[in-house]
Amino acid sequence: MSNLKLGELVKTYGQTEVLHSIDLGIQDGEFVVLVGPSGCGKSTTLRLIAGLEEITSGTIEIGGRVVNNLEPKDRDIAMVFQNYAIYPHMTVRKNIGFGLRSARMSRADKNKRIDEIADILGMTDLLERRPNQLSGGQRQRVAIGRAMVRDPAVFLFDEPLSNLDAQLRTQMRLEIKKLHQRVGATIVFVTHDQVEAMTMADRIVIMKDGYIQQVGTPSEVYHSPANTFVASFIGSPAMNMIPATIVDGQIHIEGGSIIELKTSISGERKVTLGIRPEDLEPTDGPALIRGSVNVREPLGHETLIHVGTVHGDIIAKADGRTPPELGGCVNLRAQAQNIHIFDPENGAALR
Amino acid sequence: MVAADENQAPPNKRFSNRVAKRRVSMGQYIRWSVLFLGGILMVMPIIYMLSTSLKWPHEIYDVSLIPKEPHLENYVYVLEDGRFYGWFTNSLIIALITTLSNVLFDSLVGYTLCKFRFPGRYIVFIAILSTLMIPTEMLVIPWYLMSQSFGWLDTHWGIMFPGLMTAFGTFLMKQFFETVPDDFIEAARIDGLNELQIWWTVAMPLVKPALAALAIFVFLGNWTAFIWPLIVTNSWDMYTLPVGLSTFADEADVAWELVMTGAAISTIPTLVVFLIFQRFIIRGVVMAGLKG
Repeated sequence: MSNLKLGELVKTYGQTEVLHSIDLGIQDGEFVVLVGPSGCGKSTTLRLIAGLEEITSGTIEIGGRVVNNLEPKDRDIAMVFQNYAIYPHMTVRKNIGFGLRSARMSRADKNKRIDEIADILGMTDLLERRPNQLSGGQRQRVAIGRAMVRDPAVFLFDEPLSNLDAQLRTQMRLEIKKLHQRVGATIVFVTHDQVEAMTMADRIVIMKDGYIQQVGTPSEVYHSPANTFVASFIGSPAMNMIPATIVDGQIHIEGGSIIELKTSISGERKVTLGIRPEDLEPTDGPALIRGSVNVREPLGHETLIHVGTVHGDIIAKADGRTPPELGGCVNLRAQAQNIHIFDPENGAALR
Repeated sequence: MVAADENQAPPNKRFSNRVAKRRVSMGQYIRWSVLFLGGILMVMPIIYMLSTSLKWPHEIYDVSLIPKEPHLENYVYVLEDGRFYGWFTNSLIIALITTLSNVLFDSLVGYTLCKFRFPGRYIVFIAILSTLMIPTEMLVIPWYLMSQSFGWLDTHWGIMFPGLMTAFGTFLMKQFFETVPDDFIEAARIDGLNELQIWWTVAMPLVKPALAALAIFVFLGNWTAFIWPLIVTNSWDMYTLPVGLSTFADEADVAWELVMTGAAISTIPTLVVFLIFQRFIIRGVVMAGLKG
């Protein structure tokens, strides 16, 4: 069993607490992505799991064993770094075999293991090359190979794709996902790219300022964000936020119409509405909100329109072939079930 | 008329071409002259050394660079003098051991100061750097007193001990280890290497140019060291080459032709070291420059 459990994990640097009581359970074989903006504590969490930083308080369990006081090498983990950390003075074979140095295996067994890994990664032809003769994607694969060779309980990935160009990133994303399906290892993957998080994860952990904001499947965090931060962080372009008032189950938007809503909120209350651009579309009928088209971004099958309203710029999706005229006035509508309602004070979801 | 015009045009063109060419070559000529003069200035002492080593005693105050009757008797004399080999061996032992020691210990300390966070680290680093500000001449007395109390006077150990580690080398290595990304070290740590193994198998190969540069600096410094070996040694057989060569000068006279012969022979190992490591040293100096 290689499940991972973080219990009330706290990390402070001097007087500054950077991680505040992180609780997280990761199942055996699960692919979990930690995502958040810079400085949210995701990399620190990963480094604490790896044992590269000491925890201030709390517990880390790997496979049911508390590893708080164990050296990185004794935690049965492997890590892939952002800049690959493959040694320029060693061949690919030596780099991959590096993790086996201290393993009690015969040389033949080690070589066999390296060949197996190279085969999985499609690098058999490159084993005798040095890192400077490899492309960025190949280097990253060597780094992954070096992590795989020891067959660890948990793989830790620290933004491994951020040094690659867009095309290669997409490709490696797929490869890592395939690899996970094939090897079935427990993976904790850190990234600041929400697309990476959405496409790869079984579950996403969204972090901000050292707090976990939400843990859920990609679908959960996308369709039921726990708060405005998650709502605007996940999804691109970001979710539109519109101030409104709810009066007895009806939404009142300034400069728009009144919409019926099934909600438990009674009486009158100020709220923030969250509507994803793809859920907002031009209509000839009654408008949720209206404004004039400031910018059009054609994407082929659809066009993103930036609509200037009394509440600022709002992004909506229009048809790719017949987008509204630039400068023209548009009415925008959304289905009631696609409207998220948040508390304007603390940002928490209300419905 | 047309033909004449055509005939006239080319010479004009050629003339202007020639002027342009001459202007370019004038600039280059000046540059080359300055470089040439600089080169001469550098090479002159070496040529003078070689020339003097080929002269007879009565010729040595003759400024001429070319010996009137060149001969190799001085070389025969110096090489047949048994003491020379002893000095040469002493110098070689001392230069090699101090080089090895510096490469090893300077990089260990530099690595520790660079890659580990421990209380007092900054103070230790400043303390090491501050020793760079003390001139050798001032250190000679405490060194001597130390050697005396430990019984190291007139021994190899006595000659070597002040140079076994240098602040400069530690500083140089620390700066170079800064270029080794922490990820490399952490990756090795996760892969199960202990700290000493990480230093040796991961960090050291990545700073080879710096190690080569350091090796050359230290080797040359110790090979040519004069003041301290002169002070700490008393007997002929413990002299190093520069100290030994100086004994060719006594109160009455200086046998310059023999001094120069010895010096000429003593440059051979430095040349060998330099030729082997020069590609590293140039890269090392360039890199050191880039690092600031």
